[in-house]
Amino acid sequence: MIFGLTISAAPIDNESKDPKKGGDLKTEIKEYINHHLKDSHSFSLTSWVDQETGDKVYLEIPLPVILYDNGFHVFMSSSLKHGKKAVESNGNYYKLNYHDSKIYKTNRDGVLNYDSDHHPLNETPLDFSITKNVATIMLVAILMFLLFSGLAKSFAKNKGISKGLGRFFEPIILYIRDEIAIPNIGEKKYKNYMSFLLTVFFFVWFLNMLGLTPLGVNVTGNIAVTFSLALLTFIITNFTANKSYWGHIFWMPGVPVLIKIVLAPIELLGVFIKPFSLLIRLYANIQAGHIVLYSLIGLMFIFKGYVGSSLSFSLAFFISIIEILVALLQAYIFTMLSALYFGFAVAEEDH
Amino acid sequence: MEKLITEFSIGLFFWQTIIFILLIFLLKKFAWKPILDAVNEREEGIKNALLSAEKAKEEMASLQSDNEQTLKKARSERDLLLKEAREIKQQIIDEAKNEAKSEAKKIISQAQETIQNEKNAAIVDLKNQVAGLSIDIAEKVLKEKLSDDKTQMKLVKDLVKEVTLK
Repeated sequence: MIFGLTISAAPIDNESKDPKKGGDLKTEIKEYINHHLKDSHSFSLTSWVDQETGDKVYLEIPLPVILYDNGFHVFMSSSLKHGKKAVESNGNYYKLNYHDSKIYKTNRDGVLNYDSDHHPLNETPLDFSITKNVATIMLVAILMFLLFSGLAKSFAKNKGISKGLGRFFEPIILYIRDEIAIPNIGEKKYKNYMSFLLTVFFFVWFLNMLGLTPLGVNVTGNIAVTFSLALLTFIITNFTANKSYWGHIFWMPGVPVLIKIVLAPIELLGVFIKPFSLLIRLYANIQAGHIVLYSLIGLMFIFKGYVGSSLSFSLAFFISIIEILVALLQAYIFTMLSALYFGFAVAEEDH
Repeated sequence: MEKLITEFSIGLFFWQTIIFILLIFLLKKFAWKPILDAVNEREEGIKNALLSAEKAKEEMASLQSDNEQTLKKARSERDLLLKEAREIKQQIIDEAKNEAKSEAKKIISQAQETIQNEKNAAIVDLKNQVAGLSIDIAEKVLKEKLSDDKTQMKLVKDLVKEVTLK
């Protein structure tokens, strides 16, 4: 953990020594945090300023950039040069805007035209790049596949008794089955939803945990990711819903007709609000956790004194431990609520 | 809200959805299904083992009670056999006694009969001998008495008297 914090903090430290930017450390930290919370086209590990040339040097893993703009344009993110230059691809020019981490279409000179709020007015091509977040998602997917197929194999090999690393996850799988799926969905139908619930739980948990490592990824704190997850919950809920579920939405049984009419739009709204709350909850929790953690790490460099720095260090340390809990908790809540919604959808009419 | 929408990356959404759905199906096939099946099988196995242990226990108990019952039965049978044997022994003894008694009686009665017959024969013999002797004696006495005529006459007279009286 301590190791993680220091590594994460390293880039800030280096940037703070930048003689050109000098004094305005607060703005720089703010920008750094903002930049971290966003997705990135390359997997940056650290950066420093070359003492001789005064240029910023980045240590990073370049990732492929895939743009769709009347045909695909593919190049490595290293050629973007952190927005310093426009990249030529099949006769078009593209430039990275460092402030919002988006790629814009430009002319040959790579000129971005800004509006009054400093937002570029240039056209944006459809960006299907393997960004840092996509790469992390792929990594986690591969990791999960190896881990759990390994667990499955060890089950087969040892006649129903797991061995090795997967053993740690077996009670969690059983917990999800016995404490989340069966009580919420019911003994009869829970099996159909197990694959989704297990995958979503471990996926969110692992990504949350990876977000706390020095890699500094923020996947589950990204609205596109949580939206995708919640959308799947929404789709599964409504596509597997039975007659009773829709009956409760459009024509609530057991209440006067007037109330039925009033309730229908409210219930219909609820259908969308439920998964929406899922996506906002996960996004906000992880995003907030990262902001607080990075702010506290930033504070260390603002205080500079022994007392202030060590105080903010212990706070950051404390928050990190809480964040580990939050990582598990948010995965649990997402899975739990998904199971609850599935349970509503397949509940038998019993009144 | 506006910030959320501008931050929304279609590319990331696209990849996330594709990878995640793919992951669900891959894990379902290669991990969740075999794992859950194995766990179910194991739980079923444990349940069955417990059940069969319970069953074995019951069987053992019933076997024990069976054994006891058999023992009891055997014991009572033995008792019955012994009793019967005793009865038969008594019967045989009684029968033997009775037979012996009746045989003895028969022998005794035969003996008694023989004795009676012998006695009778002896009495007849004795009577005959006594009669012979008496005749002899009477002959001798008569010879003595009737040696004179007077006495002969008196006797004749007496005899005649007797005859007439009859």
